[in-house]
Amino acid sequence: MPAGELFAYLGPNGAGKTTTIRILTGLTRLTAGTAALNGHDIKAAAVAAKRQCGLVPQHVNLDSELTVGENLDIHGRLFGMSASSRKQRIDALLTYIELRDRADSLVKQLSGGLKRRVMIARALLHDPRILFLDEPTVGLDAGIRRRIWSLIKKIQKNGTTIFLTTHYIEEAEFLADRVAFLDGGQIVAVDTPTNLMAGVGHWAIDWMTDDGMTSAYFPSREAAQASGAAGHNGFTLRRVNLEDAFLSLTGKKVGAQEGAAAAIQGQSAHGHQGHGNHAPGGHGTHAAKAHAGHGAH
Amino acid sequence: MQGFIAVYFREALILKRRFKRQIAGMAVSPLLYLIAFGYAMGDAVRLDGHTYLEFLIPGLIAMSSMTQSFGIATDINVARFYWYIFEEFQAAPIRNVAYVAGEVLAGMTRALLAIGVILILGLLFGVRLHYGLLLWLAVLLNSFVFASLAVALAMLVKSHADQSLLTSFVITPMAFLGGTFFPLERLPLWAQKALSILPLTHASHAIRSTAFGENPAWQAYALLTAAGLVFFWLALGTVNKARD
Repeated sequence: MPAGELFAYLGPNGAGKTTTIRILTGLTRLTAGTAALNGHDIKAAAVAAKRQCGLVPQHVNLDSELTVGENLDIHGRLFGMSASSRKQRIDALLTYIELRDRADSLVKQLSGGLKRRVMIARALLHDPRILFLDEPTVGLDAGIRRRIWSLIKKIQKNGTTIFLTTHYIEEAEFLADRVAFLDGGQIVAVDTPTNLMAGVGHWAIDWMTDDGMTSAYFPSREAAQASGAAGHNGFTLRRVNLEDAFLSLTGKKVGAQEGAAAAIQGQSAHGHQGHGNHAPGGHGTHAAKAHAGHGAH
Repeated sequence: MQGFIAVYFREALILKRRFKRQIAGMAVSPLLYLIAFGYAMGDAVRLDGHTYLEFLIPGLIAMSSMTQSFGIATDINVARFYWYIFEEFQAAPIRNVAYVAGEVLAGMTRALLAIGVILILGLLFGVRLHYGLLLWLAVLLNSFVFASLAVALAMLVKSHADQSLLTSFVITPMAFLGGTFFPLERLPLWAQKALSILPLTHASHAIRSTAFGENPAWQAYALLTAAGLVFFWLALGTVNKARD
């Protein structure tokens, strides 16, 4: 991971996202292999490695009987910060997360979204080089999620490298510079969200079959529209998202579909770079191929 | 050093926030024992030339210094399994010894507070004993032993329920059999021998001797120091085991 990047692990529950973070931050033992944070081996130089990172775990782990300020102060002490730098950083970060007036509130009096913000402030207190965010918006409502997202973007702009895990498609799509698809403990693909999605196509249609929801992907809106209109009643047309890319790569749901497979093959045969330069006729051929697949099905 | 202060500082803040409740809690069981065994029943009993109340108070000091210092195990467990606050320490750049020492000192602080409560109760019941340096040394060593054991076990247990089981099987029997409520000389020899391996037996003997103005056996201090160091060393090793 290059410095300053926002890198996301995307995968279903149990794929190994949290375990990765737990190993890198010293919560779980590394049983095989090596890992280093900013050049510090997490096993041989555990203490130095831990200094590099800030961690926002999935579950709230603040001391609820203590105030926001006290929670942050203890964290600063744990990271060896002096009294004056603790005071100054706590002040600055509470302002940053817009919670300065709540410094003396007990944590148990805060809402879930506010607690999450306090945890982010706590993780940033000692000015880490890498920030680990484990499912930072799990269980939060949409409005608060957006606020946390802009906070995360802001942190990255200030030069912090961010490693994020999520099982929310939109989260990875919106935030990440690069995304790794994780499935059963294995990375199946790493690329920018745009490239990953382009690997599937640009437009998708969904329709219902006896087996449930089925999707097919197309390089252009017209092709998708045409295919849908020809073969399916009550299809929906939409832009391809990361979930489509994930499902087609892990082969769990979409991979079984012939039509979809044809669409993906057609796509990758032509490559996804410079897709916009294709002549409209080229798109037509694509769509025809994909459609033929559907028809046969 | 800063890590150690941070760990202790957190426990001290929590103790301060719960202070009244905690003190009241520390008073309940000694008060019940004093009323039930000392006041209501003990009037007729004289042991080694002392009233039963006089015999009981040093026993309660030994018992409370054990139960209160061991009590941090429960808080460590709640912090670990319920609040996940333990992860803050695991992810912090501090050494295991800083964590263990901070928690052990927190346990010892609690024990000292609890002893203060018992001394006040003793005064209310009109009991006057000697509370010299050697008594406090025995109290400190005893709480060091059980706070260290508490940290070691708290790292090893896999759930909060297991922790309660440990207390029921280890601490409660010791609290009753470790020379606290009756002189062990009244038991058969084999039982005396068996109970003399318990650290609490030595602590209560030392505490009682000093409280009665007698010279305690130095072996008790040596044994408590050794047990404390062993448990502390065990605790250092178990912190790594808590990474799962």
